Amino acid sequence: MTKPLKVSIWRGGADGDYQSFEVPAKANQTVLDVVTWVQRHADATLAYRFACRVGMCGSCAMMVNGEPRWTCRSHVSSVIRDGQLKLAPLANLPVIRDLTVDMTPFFDKWQRAEARFHPSMTRRDEVPAIKPDTAARKAADAAVECINCGVCYAACDTVRWNSNYLGPAALNRAWTLVNDERDAGTRQRLAAVSGTGGCYNCHSHQSCQAYCPKALNPTRSIAGLKRAGLAAKP
Amino acid sequence: MNARLYYWQRMTAAVMVPLIAVHLVTMIYAIGNGLSAAEILGRTQGSVVWALFYGGFVAAASVHAAIGVRTVIGEWVDVRGKAQDGFAVIFCIVLLGLGGRAGVAVVM
Repeated sequence: MTKPLKVSIWRGGADGDYQSFEVPAKANQTVLDVVTWVQRHADATLAYRFACRVGMCGSCAMMVNGEPRWTCRSHVSSVIRDGQLKLAPLANLPVIRDLTVDMTPFFDKWQRAEARFHPSMTRRDEVPAIKPDTAARKAADAAVECINCGVCYAACDTVRWNSNYLGPAALNRAWTLVNDERDAGTRQRLAAVSGTGGCYNCHSHQSCQAYCPKALNPTRSIAGLKRAGLAAKP
Repeated sequence: MNARLYYWQRMTAAVMVPLIAVHLVTMIYAIGNGLSAAEILGRTQGSVVWALFYGGFVAAASVHAAIGVRTVIGEWVDVRGKAQDGFAVIFCIVLLGLGGRAGVAVVM
């Protein structure tokens, strides 16, 4: 019989502590499977988030052995160390309880970065044809598959050092919109991401692209914003 | 850091790159040929070219370092706002003073 997994899970708020559990080891087990087993069989009060379980919704991210991961697609076998799993809420965000964090600062920064679509037409206008092979569309496509999981935000050193920094996800989204020919908000968006806490704070450590579960490269998007911001306002 | 500070830090870095290369190569060349400090100063003192060279380097380094230190004190010791800007300005002035003093000794 396979030895059970030794799992430490953060309990409580910011001043909480780790609690140990033993979880049956199974083949092809994900970290989310482990957390779900604990809640269903060991302690029903354990708080955590998940929804789709297939890597689409971005709800289940947490720190696994000190590194941010999407837990529904992280196999235990690929992240376990010395037979142990240490699970904590996502870094750089306020802890609500156990493995759940308050995502409000994360999404507030999307708004601050003007990382939302500014329509340039009305519903009476004809739908424009978007050519997939233009440089702008390729740049947008390369960055557009973000699922808002917060892994990059938790991995970012600059966010940890500067709570005012907008973070990789919001800036990555802003970059897709700068390259969206249907969008009319580039001027105010570049102003928003060029000020205090904006893209120029990025040190290009590239933790965001190292940990992004969708294999995006927010550092490259931020570099694009830096260039576009300087070109707009030398 | 905003766009303006980023621009100035990158521009001063671009200015320093060739100046540092010329400084290092000249220094190694001069020492390698056995010139003494007095002989080197004899060549640099009174030279407008070397005055402009080291004057430009001191100015660029002072601005570049002050912007960097401004970021460091913001991120590592949480000094923000006017205190952060004020420290950077003072740091820049101190570097200009120290560097300028050294430059004057080399060319005057």
